Amino acid sequence: MNTHDHPHGHTHGSLHPHGIEEPPVSGLSSVPLVELSNVSNSYGATLALQDVSLKVWPGQFLAIVGPNGGGKTTLLRTILGTVPVQQGKVLLRGKDPQRSALEHIGYVPQLETIDWNFPITVEEVISMGFFSKNRWFRGIRDDERRKLQDVMTRLNLSGLGDRHIRELSGGQQQAAFLGRALLGDPELILLDEPTAGLDIRSRDDVIHFLHEINHQGVAIVITAHDLNWVAAHLPWVVCLNRWLIAEGRPQEVLNASVLKETYRGEMVVFHHDGMVMIGERPHEPHN
Amino acid sequence: MSLLLPFEYEFFRNGFIAAVVVGALCGFIGVYVVLRRMSYIGHGLSHAIFGGAVLSYVMNLNFFIGAGLWALFAGFLIHLISHRRWVGADAAIGVVTTSSFALGVAIVSTYRSFTRNIEAALFGNILGITQKDLCIVVLIALMVFSVLIILRRQLLFATFDPEVASAYGVSTGKIDLIFITLLAVTVLASTQILGVTLVAAAMVIPPVIARYLTNRFQRLLILSPIIGTLCGAAGMYLSFYLDISSAATIVLTAAALFFFLEVLSWFRRQQRTRHPPLSIS
Repeated sequence: MNTHDHPHGHTHGSLHPHGIEEPPVSGLSSVPLVELSNVSNSYGATLALQDVSLKVWPGQFLAIVGPNGGGKTTLLRTILGTVPVQQGKVLLRGKDPQRSALEHIGYVPQLETIDWNFPITVEEVISMGFFSKNRWFRGIRDDERRKLQDVMTRLNLSGLGDRHIRELSGGQQQAAFLGRALLGDPELILLDEPTAGLDIRSRDDVIHFLHEINHQGVAIVITAHDLNWVAAHLPWVVCLNRWLIAEGRPQEVLNASVLKETYRGEMVVFHHDGMVMIGERPHEPHN
Repeated sequence: MSLLLPFEYEFFRNGFIAAVVVGALCGFIGVYVVLRRMSYIGHGLSHAIFGGAVLSYVMNLNFFIGAGLWALFAGFLIHLISHRRWVGADAAIGVVTTSSFALGVAIVSTYRSFTRNIEAALFGNILGITQKDLCIVVLIALMVFSVLIILRRQLLFATFDPEVASAYGVSTGKIDLIFITLLAVTVLASTQILGVTLVAAAMVIPPVIARYLTNRFQRLLILSPIIGTLCGAAGMYLSFYLDISSAATIVLTAAALFFFLEVLSWFRRQQRTRHPPLSIS
């Protein structure tokens, strides 16, 4: 587990940040896909990120957890370049961010931000993945159409291309937006709360797709609220509450002390048969 | 009653072509206006153009040049103000367009000699369209159609999901600016035909009607201008035979179609409620 120096002087855990345990990654490269060094951002007077340093390696699969307003989405937007870095530095593949480097990053927004009454079909949504390169005149080529069909088949969306996006289940909706990201052949996909509002079955579908994509070498960074889902399915977790509190394997990082620091509340952590489970501590009744 | 009878008159022929072209144009750009929730902008820009039209009349300038420059300036101002986070687009439109309209009213109240022209600006003067006006309207329509067709993918992405479009390399700021410029030019071309007060309806009603008929964006882009064209044509005939203002009959035809579809949709919903699907358990 890597713990990070708290900006106010606190430190958690036993390992120093520099004694880094390598994240579980296949096909390790010496250059991280994304490297954030002491990044700080704020919206007006509100601090969003403070002194955050983080590396994302090729093929890595990690979750960022933390409270609402803790900077998870801002961190994703900072990597994407849609939120300017006020302090610190972001490197993509060891270089300053260029448009060409960003083309290899896919982004899936929170489904809550989508206008579900917009008149658009599943195929039209996924096809947007081809629109990125300022192609003013050219339509979708035959080979691209085949690629589109291939992506839809991989995501179990075959035969649903003509449906309105609202007519899909939660898991299929997430798959459609994931498909849009996949069309750009990304090395890294960022997903903002991909399981928010989904039932257990749909969450299972989503993690199945994500693992399959990750096994093909694509790095994945997600933000999530469900700590038990993260602990059960993800190999690496980052705890963020404006500053980066800890990162490492869920079994090591998700302990009462780190969670208290992250969420400012008491949580109960159970370990059973190699699994970690997090529960809320009930409030004491007032006398 | 012959359908071709009105075409014996040149004023009707010019007006008919103008109504059909403007109907298609407003129907097409209206799809984006409605989906971007900018319905108020067409209304606002046409009011802004009123100020420009009055000014160009006083200064003895050509309507398309004077009001056109004014519309572009108003559109640019709206774009600039609405991109500041602390003012919403609706508020920005309200400030810019009502000021411009007020300027027009102030000039009209000073120079009381051109009441008739002002009436034409407010309520349209389709039957006063000359061959030259018609050529300008057709040229504007061709230009706007071409740019919208070239930009259709980027516009769709920027309309549906602006944040992600920007992350994917679509220049959403430039797209917004180009769109508002096209909108200003469309309103300019339509104002002479429909008048300041009715332009917005021609932009909003056809895409809303088309929305009843399809869930696909590409089909919406085809259906909405067709509906705009048909309403333009039908409105012109009604105007000729009922002797009512053309702008009013065009908009009322579209509105009648909208209410018909709304009532039909209400009956369908009622039928579904009365006959719910059978329960298996």
